[in-house]
Amino acid sequence: MAYSEKVIDHYENPRNVGAFAKDDPTVATGMVGAPACGDVMKLQIKVSADGIIEDAKFKTYGCGSAIASSSLVTEWVKGKSLDEAALIKNTDIAQELALPPVKIHCSILAEDAIKAAIADYKSRHGS
Amino acid sequence: MNYFQLFQVPAQFDLDLTELGTRYLELQRNFHPDNFAAGSERDRLLAVQQAANINDAYHSLKQPLLRAEHLLALRGVKISHEQRSFTDTGFLMQQMELRELLGDILHSSDPYALIDEAEQQIQQQKNVLLKLLAQALEANHHEQDLQAADIIRKLKFFFKLQHELELIEQQLQD
Repeated sequence: MAYSEKVIDHYENPRNVGAFAKDDPTVATGMVGAPACGDVMKLQIKVSADGIIEDAKFKTYGCGSAIASSSLVTEWVKGKSLDEAALIKNTDIAQELALPPVKIHCSILAEDAIKAAIADYKSRHGS
Repeated sequence: MNYFQLFQVPAQFDLDLTELGTRYLELQRNFHPDNFAAGSERDRLLAVQQAANINDAYHSLKQPLLRAEHLLALRGVKISHEQRSFTDTGFLMQQMELRELLGDILHSSDPYALIDEAEQQIQQQKNVLLKLLAQALEANHHEQDLQAADIIRKLKFFFKLQHELELIEQQLQD
């Protein structure tokens, strides 16, 4: 199966790979996995006092499409408010990366990862 | 289609694989397309279809995870094509750590020691989960079936890890 140029670009030069310090109170983490392919995705956001996502990092074990989807999401969420970031849809990711139908679940995983990170932040900051 | 019925074996997780293999050969013989060469077009097509069903059924029944999934599907719990993300954070953290351990193997001065360690961890946890799966399926109640579905999801991650580990071992040998 041929990957699109954008997937290959993100796969070869993934943006924002890594992790923030676990004990940083401004950091929240979303962990999601896809049993069907065994992919595991961790997405972290660093949120400013006024609720803006200042930085994001990810670590994904999975196929090229899963890595590209999470890499793209970390780029997209930077500078967004939590509510804006929560509006990111898997269909937007799939369209941007030109994912074929069999790889749509990778974009679902990335959407669920950012949602999980936002939920983690909100649960820890009581909003 | 009920694969257990097709193979005339009890619809349960704990199956006698030798019996399954014998039944497979019998069925394959009975429905071999050659037996229907003189039959009508319709009979030939049905035989081809049945031969395909028999192969699918055998493929599913002999593998524990696919067998468990089929059993659950017959009980109304379908998980084979689900696209829902798995969100058990503690479990996924542990998966991440195992993936990191696997990632260290190729750069290690003693890769085989790390392979042994990973292999041991994966096997041990897989065996624990397989036992829990057998227990949950044995109960044959909806609540335990849902638990079984969750155990299958976890086991899939371990089967994937094992596959990754095999790839690393191959890479090491090359």
